[in-house]
Amino acid sequence: MPRTEGTYKAQRAAAEGKAPEATKGKKVREHTKMVPVPNDYIIPERDAGKVVLECRHLGIDFGGLHAVEDFNLTVGKTEIAGLIGPNGAGKTTVFNLLTKVYQPTRGTIMLDGVDTAGMSTDRVCREGIARTFQNIRLFDSLTVADNVKIGLHNQIACTMAEGIFRFPRHWISENEFQKRALELLDVFGMADNADDIAGSLPYGAQRRLEIVRALATNPKLLLLDEPAAGMNPVETEELMGNIRKIRDDFQIAILLIEHDMDLVMGICEGIAVLNFGKIIAKGTPEQIQANPQVIEAYLGKQGED
Amino acid sequence: MEKLKSMSHATRSKLITIGMVVVAYFVMTGLMSAGAVSNSTIGLLIPICAYSCLAISLNLVVGISGELSLGHAGFMSVGAFTGVVMAQMLDGVIAADPMRLLVAMIAAAAMAALAGFLIGIPVMRLHGDYLAIVTLAFGEIIKNVLNNLWLGYDGDGLHVSMSNAAALNLEEGGKILINGPQGASGIARLSTFTAGVLLILFTLIVVMNLVDSRSGRAIMAVRDNRIAAESVGINTTRYRLMAFVVSAALAGMAGALYAMNYSSIVPKKFDFNTSILILVFVVLGGMGNIRGGIISATLLTILPEKLRFIGDFRMLIYAVVLIGVMLVSNNEAVKAVVTNLTSRFRRKGSKKPAATAVKGGGENA
Ligand SMILES: Nc1ncnc2c1ncn2[C@@H]1O[C@H](COP(=O)(O)OP(=O)(O)OP(=O)(O)O)[C@@H](O)[C@H]1O
Ligand SMILES: [Mg+2]
Repeated sequence: MPRTEGTYKAQRAAAEGKAPEATKGKKVREHTKMVPVPNDYIIPERDAGKVVLECRHLGIDFGGLHAVEDFNLTVGKTEIAGLIGPNGAGKTTVFNLLTKVYQPTRGTIMLDGVDTAGMSTDRVCREGIARTFQNIRLFDSLTVADNVKIGLHNQIACTMAEGIFRFPRHWISENEFQKRALELLDVFGMADNADDIAGSLPYGAQRRLEIVRALATNPKLLLLDEPAAGMNPVETEELMGNIRKIRDDFQIAILLIEHDMDLVMGICEGIAVLNFGKIIAKGTPEQIQANPQVIEAYLGKQGED
Repeated sequence: MEKLKSMSHATRSKLITIGMVVVAYFVMTGLMSAGAVSNSTIGLLIPICAYSCLAISLNLVVGISGELSLGHAGFMSVGAFTGVVMAQMLDGVIAADPMRLLVAMIAAAAMAALAGFLIGIPVMRLHGDYLAIVTLAFGEIIKNVLNNLWLGYDGDGLHVSMSNAAALNLEEGGKILINGPQGASGIARLSTFTAGVLLILFTLIVVMNLVDSRSGRAIMAVRDNRIAAESVGINTTRYRLMAFVVSAALAGMAGALYAMNYSSIVPKKFDFNTSILILVFVVLGGMGNIRGGIISATLLTILPEKLRFIGDFRMLIYAVVLIGVMLVSNNEAVKAVVTNLTSRFRRKGSKKPAATAVKGGGENA
């Protein structure tokens, strides 16, 4: 079973030069070497001390390729954060690490103070990370409402036997599913489409539905992989408003990958820039826009084509 | 009628299917009491009921859960032999035949569910073609275990052997219940057409209620997109296994019904050919289309019997008809006409478009 090397605690202990467990309690105290811990994170002031996500030295190899290397990131509880970088930089791979689609080769992920080492994808979702996909992944043959109800799956209880034999709890839970699905769809003005087949929706609506479905899982952290891809400027503008609205109404953190710089600079509070699997800059939109390394690696490249 | 219109599509579809079965039952019993049905057709009624149940239950795995299972006859045989043994042991304990049949069927469901669970644990680690091959292998394993199983019953209770009948060491007056490759004989023929139809209705209600519930949505979510299902917190292995076990239990009950229609039954009956036959019912009826499965199970069980008059060419004609039906029903033009007709019919009743497109298994990246 692939696991991260050591736990967060062990790593912190190592970083702070603490003696390992085995030698604890020895009379002679060894000379303690102190080393600096990575402390370069920034989060919004209102979130001070309230961190929802903390990645330390995260890394994964595909064969010989270090797809992500020494990835450190901290996201505040109500922050809208951005992860940007050129094509193939490793952004989606970071999302796949956070959601355990891939188990990290190295490093630690702390979600709201809980180490997610060894957890499965579905478990991590129940712990509070929800996501959308760069290439849309809806339950195509099911209705829009059913897609959201599947997102609500772990929020409302009803066993298989209760469902098959139509116990009272089946009817109670189904009413609750229907009510909450429509409420959530209403956030994006999609309640009228509730009975449409998800796969038949236009592209922009499918992207919105993916966000609603992710929200239905009641996450602490919402990961959006290129939410504006394929949207026109009007739709993108609307999306920006909706992302802010989600953060304000649900008081959750949002980490988004996006190539649309107007969107990123318009709504992200903290931004991390990834290039060849490594973070090359972190800061506010203003700092990122002025960073020469970023301009060279990313914005410069954009100018060329 | 007004009430029918206001109902959800799922509920309406459910009632139509149940109505179809009930009407067919009353028409059939009416014809039989009028003496208008030949004996050979009457003999087909219980197998038709059993195969309909098997088609419905396999549809849960193939159409709803999206996994290709090639070992369904294995669960049928577990149920068949469990049911037969149970019925024999209850001879004299429970006097009423229908009651004895019911208890035997419940035992059959429990054993088949256990087999489904034990087989499902390794099988659900796999996906797609690999899963299909392994279910095929397990189906054959069950057949071979039953071929080498001797079970006897005497004053001391049950005796089991995996080598031969003598090794059972039965007392004087003891009875052999399962006799290796010769299977079970002297079976109490408890199955009736009414019991068969009731089992179809039970199977239908279980599967249709499951599909239209929280767990069923999770099962279909895994079918449509496994990675997305995991990402919204669904334990995909668990729900695939649930579908597999429920399907096995229902197949076990159908197996018991089937077996108790004959005076003897052999393990060889439940081989790969039977598994494929059930799969053909499902595919022909339309994956995920429960009503279609019942209709194709009925027609394809009657067809070979009605073709008896052409003698040796019977199976050839059967195969040709099968190919013909598959080609026609898979023809884009024919499909378009059907979709057009059904959607026109539906638009009158409700404005909701039907979820006709049900995808098969596999990953859609
Ligand atoms: N499962 C995998 N096996 C091997 N290599 C992979 C795998 N997944 C991603 N990679 C490689 O890792 C690198 C990063 O890919 P990733 O999809 O994370 O980039 P990205 O930043 O999301 O790019 P884009 O902006 O195009 O979406 C690429 O070189 C990619 O080919
Ligand atoms: Mg990407």
